Amino acid sequence: MSGAVLEGKAHKLGDHVNTDLIIPATYLVTNDPVELGCHLLEGHDPDFVARVEPGDVLVGGINFGSGSSREHAPLAIKGAGISVVIASSFARIFYRNSINVGLPILESPEAAAAINDGDSLRVDLAAGTIEDLTTGEKFEVPAYPEFMQGLIDSGGLINYLKKQE
Amino acid sequence: MSQSRKILARHAGRESLKPGELVEASVDLVLANDITAPLAIEEFEKLGRGKVFDTGKVVLVLDHFTPNRDIASAEQCAFVRRFARQYSVEHFYDGGEVGIEHVLLPEEGLIAPGSLVIGADSHTCTYGALGAFATGMGSTDVGAAMATGKAWFRAPEAIKVNVTGKLRPWSGGKDVILYLIGRLGVDGATYHSLEFVGDGIADISVDGRLTAANMAIEAGAKNGIFGVDLQAVEYLASVGVAAEEQALEPDEYGYTSELDIDLDVLEPQVALPHLPSNAVPVGEAPKVKLDQSVIGSCTNGRMEDMRLAAEVLRGRKVATGVRLIIIPGSPRVYRKSMEEGLFDIYLDAGAVISPPTCGPCLGGHMGILAAGERAISTTNRNFTGRMGHRESEVYLSNPAVAAASAVTGTITDPGELS
Repeated sequence: MSGAVLEGKAHKLGDHVNTDLIIPATYLVTNDPVELGCHLLEGHDPDFVARVEPGDVLVGGINFGSGSSREHAPLAIKGAGISVVIASSFARIFYRNSINVGLPILESPEAAAAINDGDSLRVDLAAGTIEDLTTGEKFEVPAYPEFMQGLIDSGGLINYLKKQE
Repeated sequence: MSQSRKILARHAGRESLKPGELVEASVDLVLANDITAPLAIEEFEKLGRGKVFDTGKVVLVLDHFTPNRDIASAEQCAFVRRFARQYSVEHFYDGGEVGIEHVLLPEEGLIAPGSLVIGADSHTCTYGALGAFATGMGSTDVGAAMATGKAWFRAPEAIKVNVTGKLRPWSGGKDVILYLIGRLGVDGATYHSLEFVGDGIADISVDGRLTAANMAIEAGAKNGIFGVDLQAVEYLASVGVAAEEQALEPDEYGYTSELDIDLDVLEPQVALPHLPSNAVPVGEAPKVKLDQSVIGSCTNGRMEDMRLAAEVLRGRKVATGVRLIIIPGSPRVYRKSMEEGLFDIYLDAGAVISPPTCGPCLGGHMGILAAGERAISTTNRNFTGRMGHRESEVYLSNPAVAAASAVTGTITDPGELS
């Protein structure tokens, strides 16, 4: 997930977008990202997924991904075609899960506040920049801790452990 | 045993750990359930180790969508069942042995003070009530740990929760934690440990402490932890775990903040939709009309909870139009409730008695809400749509309040029942 430049439309969400909203528990009977992705954010808005195009970006407020430990939440986000999640802050378990499944997530309170729903965004993961092409604003994202970057560069925890063998 | 970082340091082979440090640590127990285990097993298989790190330290509990509600959930359980058999997992709970995992594991004597427990379930933090460092992770972390016996951790900062006074009638562990989440907010403890200290803890039962630690995650915390007092030692002895009293003592980095809770003035709390942090004293909760009351879950499915519900329901009837669902949290709780005659009280009141399952708590089955319906529930989350339709509502409370509210049909302080 490092090195990519991603472009897509922003879907702006509020604070405390929890994993029950991202993927209601009743759908947790499959591990298939595409199947899970068909129900992305159904708890928030049943019509949400119909508006998502491949490459789009979720922009949340504080405490994104709070609640249950279900790894199905970042899988559903990936499966629906979302390229990256930007938020003011992330809940702890969701943060680890996203890195483990290779979903790029960027913590930037400035970007999360400034980006409007529907804005076109360009995200450079290697450079750590978010560009709002609609407003022309640009945001720098602090680097991940070295250990986390290692996990990301390996393609998640399982690949990281395999490399260590 | 002392506070969270010390436990973590010991499992990482370190003298001490600074808050924020990332370390790899050996775990004592690795847990998953019928929702999270299938994904964990897929990741485990990718590592190709051919065996689990210790057949006695992997725990699999089929508790969420069981007894299976549909074909897809049955397939998931069948998949986990095959894995448990193939890899000789000793602590595999299926059929009549199933309890709600966080009610079951302490009763099974699987939780020891000072141990490091991870589970692919966010409420794994429950075990902090017995002095363990226990935290929820995702399926990949847990799948990897099933193979390696290790996981990486960020050493948490700690918040001191100082509990003083004596519990008032009808208040308990649930009210302590709802009040605390109300003070902290749902992300007020993110990355932190909640460390419970103070003279007031002696007045909170072990069941009540399990309830309080269970909901540490609802403030965003990594874990919640209590010291081990005589009550905890006696509880542990009753489940076959030898332990000594040990108070929580801070390490050299101490606490980032402190909060006080005075039990003398703590009223039963109700968390209004749609966040657990919307806690108000029961008397200030709106008098909404209720359709359902749920008493159970990993938060409040223990003996104390079952007895409290019965105490309120004895000689009373559930209001017309309200469905009361009572879910004893484990086979032991189920049997004991039956032996103590609580089932007669429940049935006379007009309640439904469910087998142990997570069921309605997460909108799985056994009590799903229709559009516009409202439930009061002793569970842990009242997020939008958590128990069913996205236009339904959940109010969180302790078992006495949930029982009293089932009797009147609206949110009710049990002290006010005639």
